Amino acid sequence: MSQLALSDEILLKVEKPARYIGNEVNAQIKQKSEVDVRFAMCFPDVYEIGMSHLGIQILYDMFNSMEGVWCERVYSPWLDLDAIMREEKIPLFALESQDPIKNFDWLGITLQYEMCYTNILQILDLAQIPLLSADRGDDFTYPIVIGGGPCSYNPEPIADFFDLFYIGEGETRYEELINLYRQCRDAHLSRREFLRRAAKVPGIYAPSFYEVRYHPDGTIASFEPTEEGIPATIVKEIERNVTDTYYPMKPVVPYIKVTQDRVVLEIQRGCIRGCRFCQAGQLYRPVRERDVETLKKYALEMLKSTGQEEITLSSLSSSDYSKLPELIDYLMEECQKQHVNISLPSLRIDAFSLDVMSKVQDVKKSSLTFAPEAGSQRLRNVINKGLTEEAILQGSTLAFLGGWTRVKLYFMLGLPTETPEDIRGIAELCNKIAATFFEVVPKDQRVNGKVQIVASTSFFVPKPFTPFQWASQCTKEEFLEKAYFTRNAISEQLNQKSIKYNWHEADASVLEGVLARGDRRLSEVLLKVYQKGCFYDAWSEYYKHDVWMQTIKECGLSVEFYTHRERSLDEILPWDFIDCGVSKAYLKREWEKAKQEQISENCKLKCQGCGAARFGTGICREHFQADGEE
Amino acid sequence: MKLRIKFTKHGPVKFIGHLDIMRYFQKANRRAQLDVKYTGGYSPHQVMSFAAPLGVGLESNGEYMDIEVNSLTSCEDVRDRLNKAGVPGIRIVSVKVLPESAGNAMASVAAASYTIRFREGCEPPFDVDCAIKKFLSQEQIPVIKETKKGVREVDLRKGIYEMRTCENSIYLMVDASSCGNIKPQQVIRALYEQNGCSLDDFSLLITREETYTVDATGEKTEWIPLDFVGTDTPEDIE
Repeated sequence: MSQLALSDEILLKVEKPARYIGNEVNAQIKQKSEVDVRFAMCFPDVYEIGMSHLGIQILYDMFNSMEGVWCERVYSPWLDLDAIMREEKIPLFALESQDPIKNFDWLGITLQYEMCYTNILQILDLAQIPLLSADRGDDFTYPIVIGGGPCSYNPEPIADFFDLFYIGEGETRYEELINLYRQCRDAHLSRREFLRRAAKVPGIYAPSFYEVRYHPDGTIASFEPTEEGIPATIVKEIERNVTDTYYPMKPVVPYIKVTQDRVVLEIQRGCIRGCRFCQAGQLYRPVRERDVETLKKYALEMLKSTGQEEITLSSLSSSDYSKLPELIDYLMEECQKQHVNISLPSLRIDAFSLDVMSKVQDVKKSSLTFAPEAGSQRLRNVINKGLTEEAILQGSTLAFLGGWTRVKLYFMLGLPTETPEDIRGIAELCNKIAATFFEVVPKDQRVNGKVQIVASTSFFVPKPFTPFQWASQCTKEEFLEKAYFTRNAISEQLNQKSIKYNWHEADASVLEGVLARGDRRLSEVLLKVYQKGCFYDAWSEYYKHDVWMQTIKECGLSVEFYTHRERSLDEILPWDFIDCGVSKAYLKREWEKAKQEQISENCKLKCQGCGAARFGTGICREHFQADGEE
Repeated sequence: MKLRIKFTKHGPVKFIGHLDIMRYFQKANRRAQLDVKYTGGYSPHQVMSFAAPLGVGLESNGEYMDIEVNSLTSCEDVRDRLNKAGVPGIRIVSVKVLPESAGNAMASVAAASYTIRFREGCEPPFDVDCAIKKFLSQEQIPVIKETKKGVREVDLRKGIYEMRTCENSIYLMVDASSCGNIKPQQVIRALYEQNGCSLDDFSLLITREETYTVDATGEKTEWIPLDFVGTDTPEDIE
């Protein structure tokens, strides 16, 4: 690469200029003469966050393996550079070529959390691309703006800003979509005609071909395609064979320290557990394991190509990976030879994980993590979190005997049906863990003489495609009341001196709730708050709660409607047109069972008939084969 | 066995700070599959030492890093492998084996030389040649230095070993030791102030040319580049 997009003067002025210069090891450079499709892949947050995301690395590798396609990266400029780029009208550029994004064919934006929505507008604005899809003309002057990732399962709040959404896993349809783009562009068809054809590709949602009508009370009356041939339902895309697919053997190695500064090995996709608050657990069904021999090969290859000094495993629940002991044994042996650290994901605390942890971490410095999510067994049954108090205390006992003295616990406040008794259970559980320490570790063997329990609570935000998608979300006042109640309950415990309590701010959880289950009318709110200077909402120091609340009101909408209101089972939800693999009937069953405090066994023990079996892969296929043999 | 590695830094990587350059080489050494010596413990790290840190925005023809290895193919092989595993802006120019007695790169640094050019339109509004002569004729050049502990006055003059114009640039050799390190910008700023001008650091394009240590083995004390201490093969040392 010859020339940077930013002058020396600017780069010397801004914080961490290395965010903007590209040129990293393994960054993909192609000859412009040999490519006819330029794709800019964007994570709408700062470089250090965006570079830590595995999904983008997989897609980056996939696109660049396609002939004639050059995929480059772009992240949100930090506030210092943002101001300079606006002032000097410098168009947002891609890192590899440093060319302006507005001249690209595609701009793909990953949607990982709701609080990044205003950063999407920042990206479009700095790129000098019209914010609204409708304003992008009828030719291919501007890139096709496409969204993907978990938040695209309810794309409606940001529907006006995107030309297309990709619903599901990116490995399957992009090649087809890119080829369709080439055909339409080269045949000089209109942009509208391309979007029309794209809307018929499985997994692709083109919001401009759908119309939403509302009842006077604000709920949806109808959600329908505006043209014949446009599908009424979009079924998510899924990679059926996770072993034999794209995986980046040469991930980009950043110069500066990023959040996930290590080799990441995705061991499986999906989760068998079915926790009722968890969206990912439903979206990525069925669970699909990667072949362990392939993973071993990937690990060595990636360590070699990056020179990274640390490796970690990625999945929703690594303890459930069937070949975990084999994989970890192998990694421990190889990593020791190569002086590579293993950073373990949160594992279920048992004899196996404690043994592994004691080998790869300094026991005195590390802590154990439990995520009971709720304080009482009753509420854990409601949310279908299979962790019992007995298992936590047993795990703690083993750990304390092994020399650990620090325990971290994660809970949620505001879960459906929660009572003061359930909250008191948080305090009591912490107290019991502390008591266990004093019980099982003799006085003369206590490191530092004490135990440290850190309990953290976040506020529960109901998400689409979970059994709690109909549930009422607590108001800000209710959230805070619950946090104070938790704090007081902890201070009443005998071992309160050993327990530290942290809670999240409630403001952002309220907005997250609005955006998570919002509808298309929120696009107007987003546009307005952005024009009032809101972005980087995911960064609490830049989040302007009052501006958001005020603007929602100005647009004639209400926070209460989107968050606190319990939805009826027959209401048309904004995301109902998407088929995420699990059926609405199953979600309803689970919601009923939750209210009755009944648990559902995990996919390994018993199929719950969620609907994902139709994909004929992963654990569903194993069940099917096992049944066939009987 | 200790190796001293000389590298250059040009182009966009000039915006990579010193700590990140260290991290860069930790990874580059692994990609090049060098047999680097590690410390023990739960988070082993490579035994490495860097000479004088280079400020962000400066380029260099004379950067140094020492590493310890358990075994060595040849110095040329290490150089070639590191270049293959590296980015274009960072080039290894030499690899030398250090005698066991040699101090590490950081402790050895005594001086550094720089070429200072001016960006277009930012040339000094005075006769540089004359100004430098007058500048150096002073016994002391007091400047105010801001440190974490507060503001204090230091004398630049005794740390300026050489300063002259060279075509359209200034050649400067200054103290770069840990106790008396002088940044080239400080010297140019003092020169400007003496001529009644203020300096925007951005006007300067600075390249570090070489990093020196003191050779006290001969009859008189001499500055020698840091890699003059080493040899090409381990046998030469014995």
